[in-house]
Amino acid sequence: MTRPVVEVHGLTRRFHGPERPPVLDRIDLTIRRGEFVALLGRSGSGKTTLLRTLAGLDPVTEGRATVPERRAVVFQEPRLLPWKKVWKNVALGLPGSAAEARRKAEAALAEVELTHRAEAWPLTLSGGEAQRTGLARALVREPELLLLDEPFAALDALTRLRMQSLVGELVQAHRPAVLLVTHDVEEALLLADRALVLAGGHLVEDIPIGLPRPRRRADPAFEALRLRLLGALGVDEDGHDAAARPAFGADSRQAA
Amino acid sequence: MPASATTALEGRPPVRAAARPSFRRAFRWPGLGRARRFVVPVLLILLWQAAAEAGLISTRMLAPPSAIATAAWELIVSGELGHHLLVSLQRVAIGLAIAIGAGVSLGLVAGLSKLGEDAIDATLQMLRALPFLALVPLLILWLGIGEATKIVLVALGATFPIYLTLFGGIRSTDPKLLEAGQVLGLSHAQKIVHIVLPAALPQALVGLRYALGTAWLSLVVGEQINATAGIGFLVMDAREFLRTDIIVVGLLVYALLGLSADQLVRALERRALAWRPSLVREG
Repeated sequence: MTRPVVEVHGLTRRFHGPERPPVLDRIDLTIRRGEFVALLGRSGSGKTTLLRTLAGLDPVTEGRATVPERRAVVFQEPRLLPWKKVWKNVALGLPGSAAEARRKAEAALAEVELTHRAEAWPLTLSGGEAQRTGLARALVREPELLLLDEPFAALDALTRLRMQSLVGELVQAHRPAVLLVTHDVEEALLLADRALVLAGGHLVEDIPIGLPRPRRRADPAFEALRLRLLGALGVDEDGHDAAARPAFGADSRQAA
Repeated sequence: MPASATTALEGRPPVRAAARPSFRRAFRWPGLGRARRFVVPVLLILLWQAAAEAGLISTRMLAPPSAIATAAWELIVSGELGHHLLVSLQRVAIGLAIAIGAGVSLGLVAGLSKLGEDAIDATLQMLRALPFLALVPLLILWLGIGEATKIVLVALGATFPIYLTLFGGIRSTDPKLLEAGQVLGLSHAQKIVHIVLPAALPQALVGLRYALGTAWLSLVVGEQINATAGIGFLVMDAREFLRTDIIVVGLLVYALLGLSADQLVRALERRALAWRPSLVREG
């Protein structure tokens, strides 16, 4: 087997000093080359902290994390520079000549079906277009590791469905390793090869999703996995809190 | 009751719908459009002229518009106005250039480094508390009554708005955009060029507009200190001879200069800030 893209050992992260339970408590995680991992958790479970650590935005203070040099992040908000046209946002920071960067940016925009908006100002984009631009900006770097921080959360329901299938297709085509942070169980089941559940600072579930693609929500196996993940998140089918797992107790105290 | 109201209205709706617009149309001057807003000022000027001709306003207090127009024409034709205007413009240009240089350098140093902020910001905030026009006596002692005093006065007044807005603009850069720049692999210098400075630009341009306003103000004060040329000199000289017509011409020139400077910065904003939503919608 090839060497994993991400290797995390004993990663611990505290925000409140040693007397309070840590947000991430001795996390071990490996992500293989080309593997799509969904990281689920309630708000404030620390899933975004884990993603930010892998992105290099949060420091590793305890434990060890190895990540590839070529990595890209798509945030929940698109975080485009409003004073640069769409294609320049995509081309920003690309190595090589300006013409080369522009060619790559335009190719990436074509992949997310935004060729016609290349010369637009970001503030004139719709939410879906802005997020597709963010996706193009991530993919144009040909990342070995693609980090997606709830990238569909702020989109309307129809746009979200289109974006999910677009991300699915692009990841199939480019095969980066992906870590998708989400609280949407169905999204994880539609896209990921493996689903992790983070609760109380620990990865409490690690479930392979062997469903054939393209995946259908009507598939009984899909439904079974959905219930299992919802259970791990402490929610029953009707959306009520299941009998509280002790692990969730520590959850509400820290901000993501 | 509602039923009868409905019947009462039947057959009338077109009339009612047209009623309001036609009411307003009766009071609208056809074909004037934007020119409508000049009606009152023009009326006032005509009134002023009439009052002067009827002997209600002494020429020693205020010359009539016709005399002002004549004076302006004579000053333009003789080249006198052009000469003084050029001198004044030169003072503002040099003073403003110094102010932009100093304000931008100080703003960058204080905005981009904590050390710079500690070294510069508190000092400048203290200096800013001084009304800079009150420094005139000191400036005269230090620099005499020549060009230097006038230029330094303009530069002093215009530096602070530029410094303050640039510093504030740099510090209010969205940290989320900086994070995005970091994950895109931008270097520190690239982040400053692509993210911090463009983010600070809108505020800095507001500062530039302020600075221009202050520069004219300083010029007016500066040119009343023993000047031998410049619009201010023209006005002071006219006072000696009770030429209220020339004084008003000088005031009008100051107003026009301020107005055109403001238009210049607005044009600059339209170009440099074309990405902003309000401007995007207009375009």
